[in-house]
Amino acid sequence: MTNDFLHLGNRAFGNRLFTGTGKFAANGLIPKMLKASGSQMITVALRRVDTTAHSENILSYIPPEVTLLPNTSGARNADEAVRIARIARAAGCGDFIKIEVITDMKYLMPDNLETLKATEILAGEGFIVLPYILPDLPLAKRLESAGAAAVMPLGAPIGSNRGLETQSLIALLIENCRVPVIVDAGIGRPSQAAAAMEMGAAAVLVNTAIATASDPEAMGRAFDLAVRAGRTAYLAELAEPSQVARASSPLTGFLSENASEF
Amino acid sequence: MSFYSIVEHYQEFDFSQFFAGVSDNAVLRSLAKDTLSATDFLTLLSPKAGAHLEAMAQKAHRLTVQYFGRTIQLFIPLYISNYCANHCAYCGFNRQNSIVRRTLSIAEIEEEARAIAATGMRHVLFLTGESPQHTPIEYLVAASECLKRYFASVSMEIFPLDAVDYRRLQRAGVDGMTLFQETYDQEVYPRVHLAGRKTDYRCRLDAPARGAAAGFRQINIGALLGLGEPSRDIFFTGLHGRYLEDNYLDTEISISLPRFNDAEGNFQPNYLVNDRSFVQFMTALRLFLPRAGMTISTRESAGFRDRLMYLGATRYSAGSCTGVGGYVEGKVAGSRQFEITDNRSVAEVTSAIVAGGYQPVFKDWDAIA
Repeated sequence: MTNDFLHLGNRAFGNRLFTGTGKFAANGLIPKMLKASGSQMITVALRRVDTTAHSENILSYIPPEVTLLPNTSGARNADEAVRIARIARAAGCGDFIKIEVITDMKYLMPDNLETLKATEILAGEGFIVLPYILPDLPLAKRLESAGAAAVMPLGAPIGSNRGLETQSLIALLIENCRVPVIVDAGIGRPSQAAAAMEMGAAAVLVNTAIATASDPEAMGRAFDLAVRAGRTAYLAELAEPSQVARASSPLTGFLSENASEF
Repeated sequence: MSFYSIVEHYQEFDFSQFFAGVSDNAVLRSLAKDTLSATDFLTLLSPKAGAHLEAMAQKAHRLTVQYFGRTIQLFIPLYISNYCANHCAYCGFNRQNSIVRRTLSIAEIEEEARAIAATGMRHVLFLTGESPQHTPIEYLVAASECLKRYFASVSMEIFPLDAVDYRRLQRAGVDGMTLFQETYDQEVYPRVHLAGRKTDYRCRLDAPARGAAAGFRQINIGALLGLGEPSRDIFFTGLHGRYLEDNYLDTEISISLPRFNDAEGNFQPNYLVNDRSFVQFMTALRLFLPRAGMTISTRESAGFRDRLMYLGATRYSAGSCTGVGGYVEGKVAGSRQFEITDNRSVAEVTSAIVAGGYQPVFKDWDAIA
């Protein structure tokens, strides 16, 4: 797997676990978690970034070798997402942007239409756009055409820890998209992350399950192992599950052509 | 449909009879659900549910960590005027009280803003009494525009406005509003709101919905616990929160649970809410509205606030002064709206949150408009 890199923009990622900065009991846990998990990409809500230096700046906890993925959390339409992305770039957060447009505070479902509009604009401005979406194949194809660098379908509602509830829809995206499919939101356990990677997801983004664990460092390590296991299994080509049993020592083997001793 | 129709729906409902019929099994059933109905919520507010407080607390804690993490969002209140044309029996600002009245000029607001910004606070909540004569809409717009230059988020706790004026303030940079119904009990309400525009129950009840429609990002509601029967007021507060969530999907709803302390005027509340009941109310609200913010002011003591972090609280005011002009001039004698109990500085509140294993969050918004 030494040559197994995920390419996004002009970067290559050897680690396919993306992480987040929200919900930690202390920002000081973030660099420890990053080290333990090996994660090379971390998302941060621009709304949490304080560049006035009046309070603690969350960005100072992210080591320079880790790629920053600012997100547009708080945006309720394409226009706001575009403005947040431009502020992020102007603040020195780089060209990556995760578009998050949420108009539903009850379930935190992404607004696919506004996300598409924002992607069209920001990709045109040279951003490396990673849109957070409900897994919808026609939409994913339109995002692809609009210049998205990847698509980020949700496994389940943000923070719900419910796993891959949208599995079959994500499978359609993986099968049909040219751009990488990164499963974002809802992954609550390492086993669910492994399952997403086994399916062929290019990466997973996990925040709540790591940040709210009693030991975020250990949980980061657990997710890293799970993502590696799932990816390795995917590359090794999993045997297809079968409806009937396949014994390792077949009972009917003696009926083959050269079973002549009878 | 106004929330009033939901209040009306329960007009004939016999709460005492319902509470008397609640069994332990009913409490356990409601406690086990992921999505609670209004009946489940009321079940958890019953005296019977008080015996299951630890289980309610454990679940409230788990849900809060899941949706908000181990974080407490901080904000600071800024009183810009204490003129008030209302006569509310319980309030230190009521027009019958002979206190020093004052409205800050925009220049004075700017001085206060500078003093507050120096403490590291990035979210501000400005407050007034209800006197459109002393704080007309043009003044409120100018105050909002001024504060927006100093803070990442500007919210307000003022008198109810119509949709047009809410929209003007939203455009001026206000992104959140707090408005307490005080009590949802239609019989108690007129007995404690004796004169002024605040006597209009319906106008106040529908104001949070008008604000949500005007585009405020965050709406904070609540009842002043002790005016009406507290578990009923909490029940209607929860229903009001769910009504707003259901009808204004893009608005974040939060709930405050103010209870009486010694405001001026020697008002004796009808009910006193003890700490145990307070925790039952807060955890029941968390179970009913898992994603709603829970705001705790400095009315509550330092020691109690340090515990509430684990029971559903998500937002604290800190370093509060409830007098007009208090941040520049220091203590203002004789003109506070209510007495604060948690007198700690911003730095002290911050240290206590960190010591409790939580992260104080100073900034969680950008005024991008």
